[in-house]
Amino acid sequence: MNVLLAMTVDPWIAALALATVAVTVAMGFWSAGKSKSAGDFFVAGRSVSVGWNASAISGEYLSAASFMGVAGMVMLNGYDALWYPVCYACGYLFLLLFIAGPLRRFGAYTIPDFAEGRYDSPLFRKIAVCFVLFIGFFYTMPQMKGAGTTLAYIFPGLPYWAGVVVVGAVITLNVSLGGMKGITLVQAFQYWLKMFAIALPVFVLASVVGHYHEHLGANASAAPAAVERKALPGKAPGDAQWLAPFGSLTTKAVDNALKSAPSPEAKAELEAARRPYSLLYTYSLIIALVCGTAGLPHILVRFYTNPDGVAAKRTTMWVMILIGVFYVFPPVYGVLGRSLTPELYDAVGAKGTDKVVLELPTLLAGKDHPLLGSILSGITCAGAFAAFMSTFSGLLVSMTGALAHDIYGRILRPQSTPEQRLKAFKWSAVIVGGLAVALGTQVEKPNINFLVGQAFAIAAASYFPLLFMSVWWRGMTMKGAAAGMLGGGLAALAAITLTTLSDVYSVKSLADFWVAHPLLRILCEQPAIWAVPLSIGLMIVVSKATSAQVPADVRMKMLVLHAPEALGLKQEYIKEHEGLGH
Amino acid sequence: MKEPPTDHVHSDAFLAKLMRDQLKLSIACALCFAVALIALPLLNYWQPELMARRIGGFTLTWLILGVLFFPFVWVISYVFIRRSIALEEAEAQAAKDGSRS
Repeated sequence: MNVLLAMTVDPWIAALALATVAVTVAMGFWSAGKSKSAGDFFVAGRSVSVGWNASAISGEYLSAASFMGVAGMVMLNGYDALWYPVCYACGYLFLLLFIAGPLRRFGAYTIPDFAEGRYDSPLFRKIAVCFVLFIGFFYTMPQMKGAGTTLAYIFPGLPYWAGVVVVGAVITLNVSLGGMKGITLVQAFQYWLKMFAIALPVFVLASVVGHYHEHLGANASAAPAAVERKALPGKAPGDAQWLAPFGSLTTKAVDNALKSAPSPEAKAELEAARRPYSLLYTYSLIIALVCGTAGLPHILVRFYTNPDGVAAKRTTMWVMILIGVFYVFPPVYGVLGRSLTPELYDAVGAKGTDKVVLELPTLLAGKDHPLLGSILSGITCAGAFAAFMSTFSGLLVSMTGALAHDIYGRILRPQSTPEQRLKAFKWSAVIVGGLAVALGTQVEKPNINFLVGQAFAIAAASYFPLLFMSVWWRGMTMKGAAAGMLGGGLAALAAITLTTLSDVYSVKSLADFWVAHPLLRILCEQPAIWAVPLSIGLMIVVSKATSAQVPADVRMKMLVLHAPEALGLKQEYIKEHEGLGH
Repeated sequence: MKEPPTDHVHSDAFLAKLMRDQLKLSIACALCFAVALIALPLLNYWQPELMARRIGGFTLTWLILGVLFFPFVWVISYVFIRRSIALEEAEAQAAKDGSRS
């Protein structure tokens, strides 16, 4: 406590951040009174309207990486980092075109429900549950990192782990009280809070320090800058490299190799490979982000909360609009930050460009607007809180659903009563929340976006092919689906782990190997370009080899996935299955 | 497992047409999106001067990727949803007509 008192805490920043937490908890309690049945907890009674659901999905999706990480990446890497916000938003199009409607029409509580229902295989349910938990924990870690670093920013001197524990405890309490219905309201509110928190400071800042296009125009321009611009430190990329495509983000592997090229010939060879390799990196990144968005289990589970397939499609379109509008703003912070807070280039991680969103509004204090600077900084901190709190809530519901509904309700105690399942949901939330906090305390070192990118690449190579092929190919067998999902997902994981070992845990032999083989480094750092086709290829080959095991009623299953709901085939299918004792 | 009844709605022909029409619409929309996603890095690669041309402070490629890409995708999704809902209504009607005949 004494440590806390000794800190120099801006009262506005602390008050607005704490208000966000208080409102989140209050809304969770209020909604808890309205969540009664198991359906309310798992899929919000399947009665969430398009507007609410779109806001809630957007609120859940815009994580710490979106709110803080994208701006930091744009400031650090320039143009190439723009692919992140664009693909985060546009990945939803693939979801809309190929997956959202059929998945909702099939009507299951969770993705493992879909996996079992589509292939009549309890074993496949178990495999799918493991992947939900696995990808979920991977995606939870960067949210926890965001929580730890933001609290450390608000309360300088507070240890990183304390932020992780506090935020983890608050969200776990919220989810265990209100389940899916409880967090729908909270997440919808948090989307609008994040939108307000990211947009308002930009408009105020631009009116004082100059507009987006003026600051962007000041880079690599022969004409004198129309706006104030501080000198760039040595660590900052040069204007031309920062503004143009194929900059430091995508050429890092070749640049590292160039530093220790053994001969002028080798150097020339690497120079010639720089742009083609960079292009390869860009395409692989695009595939990971677009397909990964369509395969994130905590986003997919929300489609079951729509009343029907048409509502699921309308919801997806509104999500694209809501998050698209949001993603216009973080790059503005990155561009303004390059001109006005270039000192952030000299620090790394949470103290570096990642905190440009929190740092920029404080500049107004130096422009004779001290109060305005504090209030706006407080608003952006509140937005950052909303970001990691809402995403963590969604992940917790998805993972708790997998544990309580799939493992407890379907595997361990299939005869359990609805009351027992509700109790299991609450206890599962506490177990998953506790585990997530424990894991979160271990990831202080890795970069937020790096961790998020890993989760996307694994989802892109496992769940996306599973869903896409299961929905559109009648010939898929359970063995084919499992082989593709496990083969693609685990291969992507193994490749990413290799780069993590050298980057985060400094394994020297691996670092040397990457310097000698920059192409392999790119293919391991961004594995989607080969892991997604590998997964789909495995699904096709193994399904063809086991074609005798295609589910007998596959025609009926495909009709349920694709036929308009007005035909009532779903009800017919359920009756038929109940008649057979399923 | 009992096979479904063999009336028009449960027939292979109905399912095949249903999936073909839906997939055709989804692929047409996905192609518009994919062409843009593939073309932009290629334009950056082969036409760097053109893509670096300034438009009100933005470079052309920054303006396309950082601003214009979002409304482009919204238009595709709007067109898809309108057509997909119309397609579903037509499919439901065709199923009813087919069952009657």
